[in-house]
Amino acid sequence: MKELTPEVEGWIGEKRYAVEGEFDVERGYVFTTCASVENGNPLFWDEKVANELTDGWIAPPTMISVWFRPHHWSPGRKEAAVPLQVHFDLKEKLELPEAVMTDNTITFGEPVRPGDRLRTWQVLRSVSDPKTTKLGTGRFWVIDVVYENQKGEWVGTETYTGFGYRRDSR
Amino acid sequence: MTASQLTLERVKAGDALPELSVDVSATTVVLGAMASRDWRPMHHDHDFAVNRNGVKDIFLNTPNLAAWFERYVTDWTGPTGRLGKIKFRMKDSVFPGDTMVFRGRVEGAETDESGCAWVDLSLTLSVGDNMVNDCVARVAIPASEGDNPWKRHGEQWKP
Repeated sequence: MKELTPEVEGWIGEKRYAVEGEFDVERGYVFTTCASVENGNPLFWDEKVANELTDGWIAPPTMISVWFRPHHWSPGRKEAAVPLQVHFDLKEKLELPEAVMTDNTITFGEPVRPGDRLRTWQVLRSVSDPKTTKLGTGRFWVIDVVYENQKGEWVGTETYTGFGYRRDSR
Repeated sequence: MTASQLTLERVKAGDALPELSVDVSATTVVLGAMASRDWRPMHHDHDFAVNRNGVKDIFLNTPNLAAWFERYVTDWTGPTGRLGKIKFRMKDSVFPGDTMVFRGRVEGAETDESGCAWVDLSLTLSVGDNMVNDCVARVAIPASEGDNPWKRHGEQWKP
């Protein structure tokens, strides 16, 4: 098992990959998301209810990561962009070719609204000692993804627990 | 407003949420992945899922599972329910042909120091006898008629 390097240890607690979303929050994806899970919550379909309860349209809170998933293609891009870059950096630096997500926690702040342009950054919170599971031997890591709107208001934090591993280490 | 409204006085620990049963098709999986802008092939390419991932078929992606849990919770609360936190653990995958069943139970209900009424829920997603996801959710609901958790900001909102 490759040891943690000073470079990786230095990532812990560091704000990395601060970016702005590639497009404004918009209702088209809200409708598609609601359709995908048959969500008839009138907040997303009935303007009168939205105006009364949430002072206008909002997006379903669990859509928070949708606004940062990169386009599958865009002009000039040579390689596929990946969300949660810190996760992929860890896989590469720790030489752990396989990985799964085991836990996902989302804490929600201010509602996200059509027209918002969100910002995000990632913070590596921890990397475990080597562990062996039924999948293989590797390390668990915890990554926070923090989101805020264009007014600097906190709109949410996602916390992922990932397990990077090597199958042939068992 | 005509939509139903769940208030704190109508909730107590031990209450069960109505069960939700959904038949999953390939369209369910692909639509969920596209809606969440998840272009990874294991959510739309059967051959990739089987031969690269070693699973039996394409499967529901994580952001769409979160959307299913949100829908399940707010079906129960009505539109005044405001999710504060959701945490779920993926134990297995959901595939086309599965019937997924959501179940939930109230673990506790309380009012915080700002007057916000919170309900803590334990939720499960099962396929047959296999519990594929377990989840805990904390959702704010009106403390009484006329209250609205969506109007809370800053120090009044502590999920």
